[in-house]
Amino acid sequence: MMATQTPVHAVLDQTSTTPPRRLVLEVLHDWIATVDHKKIGLMYIGYALIFLVVAGLEAILIRIQLAVPNNHFVSPQTFNRLFTMHGTTMVFFVGMPILFGFGNYLIPLMIGARDMAFPRLNAFSFWISAFGGTLLYFSYLGGDGLYGAGSAPDVGWWAYAPLTAHAFSPGHSTDYWTLAVLLSGIGTIGTALNIVATILCMRCPGMKLGRMPLFAWLYLVMSMLVFVTVSPLTAAQIMLMLDRYLGSHFFDTQAGGSAVLWMHFFWIFGHPEVYVLILPAFAYANEIIPVFSRKAIFGYPAMVAASVGIGFISLSVWAHHMFTVGMGAGANAFFTLATMVIGVPTGIKIFNWLATIWGGKVHFTVAMMFAVGFLFQFLIAGLTGIMLSAAPLDWQLGNSYFVVAHFHFVLVGAILFMLFSAFYYWFPKMTGRMLSERIGKWHFWIFLIGFHLTFDLMHIPGLLGMPRRIYTYEADRGWAMWNMLISSGGFIQAIGTLLFVYNMIWSYFKGAVAGADPWDAWTLEWSTTSPPPDYNFAKIPTVESRRPLWDLKHPEDPDSNYE
Amino acid sequence: MPFHPWPPILATQVTTGLGGSPTSIFNPAGTPAHSVFSLSMLVLGITSGIFLVVAGLLLYALLRYRHRPTDENALREPAQIYGSNQIELSWTVIPILIVVMLFLATARVIYTTEHAAKPTDSLDVTVIGHQFWWEYRYPKLGIVTANELHIPVSDPKHPTPTYLTMSSADTDHSFWIPRLAGKMDLIPNKVNTMWIDPQAAGLYLGQCAQYCGTQHAKMLLRVYADTPTEFAAWVAHQRMAATQNVAVAQGRAVFEHNACISCHTIAGTVATGRFGPDLTHVASRDTIASGSVPNSAENLRVFVDDPAHFKPGVLMPPMHLDAQDLDAVTAYLVTLK
Repeated sequence: MMATQTPVHAVLDQTSTTPPRRLVLEVLHDWIATVDHKKIGLMYIGYALIFLVVAGLEAILIRIQLAVPNNHFVSPQTFNRLFTMHGTTMVFFVGMPILFGFGNYLIPLMIGARDMAFPRLNAFSFWISAFGGTLLYFSYLGGDGLYGAGSAPDVGWWAYAPLTAHAFSPGHSTDYWTLAVLLSGIGTIGTALNIVATILCMRCPGMKLGRMPLFAWLYLVMSMLVFVTVSPLTAAQIMLMLDRYLGSHFFDTQAGGSAVLWMHFFWIFGHPEVYVLILPAFAYANEIIPVFSRKAIFGYPAMVAASVGIGFISLSVWAHHMFTVGMGAGANAFFTLATMVIGVPTGIKIFNWLATIWGGKVHFTVAMMFAVGFLFQFLIAGLTGIMLSAAPLDWQLGNSYFVVAHFHFVLVGAILFMLFSAFYYWFPKMTGRMLSERIGKWHFWIFLIGFHLTFDLMHIPGLLGMPRRIYTYEADRGWAMWNMLISSGGFIQAIGTLLFVYNMIWSYFKGAVAGADPWDAWTLEWSTTSPPPDYNFAKIPTVESRRPLWDLKHPEDPDSNYE
Repeated sequence: MPFHPWPPILATQVTTGLGGSPTSIFNPAGTPAHSVFSLSMLVLGITSGIFLVVAGLLLYALLRYRHRPTDENALREPAQIYGSNQIELSWTVIPILIVVMLFLATARVIYTTEHAAKPTDSLDVTVIGHQFWWEYRYPKLGIVTANELHIPVSDPKHPTPTYLTMSSADTDHSFWIPRLAGKMDLIPNKVNTMWIDPQAAGLYLGQCAQYCGTQHAKMLLRVYADTPTEFAAWVAHQRMAATQNVAVAQGRAVFEHNACISCHTIAGTVATGRFGPDLTHVASRDTIASGSVPNSAENLRVFVDDPAHFKPGVLMPPMHLDAQDLDAVTAYLVTLK
């Protein structure tokens, strides 16, 4: 009888199911002022995708120029700026932000937290990195300062001294490069600090370190590496600015400075940086491969140990970038050994993924197809890495197109493939809509063909003596046909990428509604709605194993019995 | 020649093949290049073996354990296996053994190449990298030349290797003749050494392998391995002062009354500049502009008139000579055999 009576204050309890229409400015203000880890994560990803397209276009221009020998499509100056901007952008303004974007979005959700440990630092880190990228590209307008019409930096992404000294780089383009990298480095350290604090302090009840998703472990190792490696880079950038403006002589060889010192500073950052970029790719693989094989990850403790091992060993390999610098036989032998040793924990990872697939039921969704591409391509990249780790082979192949092919196998074949996989896997969580599997399959196959056409063949001109960073080459060297094929593969990859962009836009509006857990997955982010509410979890979850949703779905046989 | 027609390039590519490239590391002609080549074959063998095993297992697992919707158990989850310490141990230990083996083979090549005993019959050459050309000095022979390195061929039974002492006048460069040896960087304020021993007479090509500025691409390397008699003749010729020829006195006057002498040396004249290549015997070289174009009167004239025509970014400024002076100075330069 009482049920028909409505309390007076009931109207206040009602939440409108259709949110009121808001002005564009209000929405914009929402995004700019946000400290929500999910919004910041999405901004990181969006910002990185814009730069991915920009740096991809730079790569296309580079490939047009190199398609035929003695080409005059762009001038040498323009070409040198293109490869400098392509490398700098891809590493600092695509790779780092997109990986931080996924980390930012997913880590709190995976460990059952409501936000990152320092939400305001999070926003600061994003905006300072974004400012760095903008500054880098502003150099196209302001690079020459008072000297001329403007130019971008042309010192290469590793900016070896003394090419960066005032004598060889007049104008301001090198300063824009220095400041852009410096600022993005500050943002990087800020976010890394945030990730470490979040993972160490914000895990939900029951989630011991040994129960964390491997995703979080990988991001923990990656962020620790950032502390150790970005700091020397930042120091070196400040020293370079002192050289250029206050007359110090750290790297100014004309006044007795050391060119080799810069190399050490740069590569103690630069090589671990490769692992900073690849560890998140491992993180995605550790989540995606088990879910689509329908099996728990094989050898969780070994995977953790291998990740931490990679983190430590990667700090002792930097001088394998310097085998031709004249370090002497002892140092060459040491860095050969250190570099080969890192193959061991890396191999353990591949074997554990293999064992995870073994005995499973593999579902070839687009996310899994990209992950499979990652496995094979990362295997090849690792093996060419072993070849290059042998100093004598590096004497021949270092700075040749073989190296360019090797690290693009890592960066595109492994990291970008795994990123595509991550997009197909987590896009439903982030937007509430599935990415189209049909367009996704086209995207996968076209991109795969383009990738292999470009980067398989790119090893060959390196073996035939073609150095990197040349704007053109002689017709009699036997490199022309390979370069033409490599360039055509670049266009095929561009088509694949366009399909991906189209898929995201189309699916955002028209994709199938995802629901909370479209993949029947096992980690906490799938226990909340898609997209998750601002507060992530209405009630902070409690976990008893590494796969809390498995335990929920299989109460008769929970993981906690076996861990 | 802005654009090469495509079909002829394809044809030459197919006929030359991989080993046909003049800069292929698969066609070694010197001891260091040979030892790197054999090491690379060993490493390639091992890595190919690993690839076949691991990729084969992966492929098998993916096909064998693919989800089959028609299976009666299609909806059941597979057995959950969490790991195995024995298996983890085996795929840790086996790679470690492979690494040890590979490292020992590699270390041997590192030490035999870098610590090779220097024979008494070796030749010393100082190589100085410049933006964007190569300076070669033969300290014991009193020769200074540029861009085309002449060295004696080295008979394996009685080796006469050439030891290069290397540094840079400006930015980093790298000396790389793939058929003779791996590369070695030329770094300002640092002295590096390497040795080469071409075992067959002929021309060996390469180019700068460390990005050094705008015109890095056309900093080409040419090493001529001469027979002992050819080399002796070349040395004798290079040690002479520049030819004096009254017929080209006007061109010499143009050269000596312009800024040319600030940067170039012509032995026996007032030209003693050190910034650009030594031109004492410039006409005896096969190429100009660091190997980018053949040495001909026409090319020389174009180069003097507008150095950036062949090499955009070259540091030599255009001298703004009128046509008459250009002809005269070109006529003078071609006599400097």
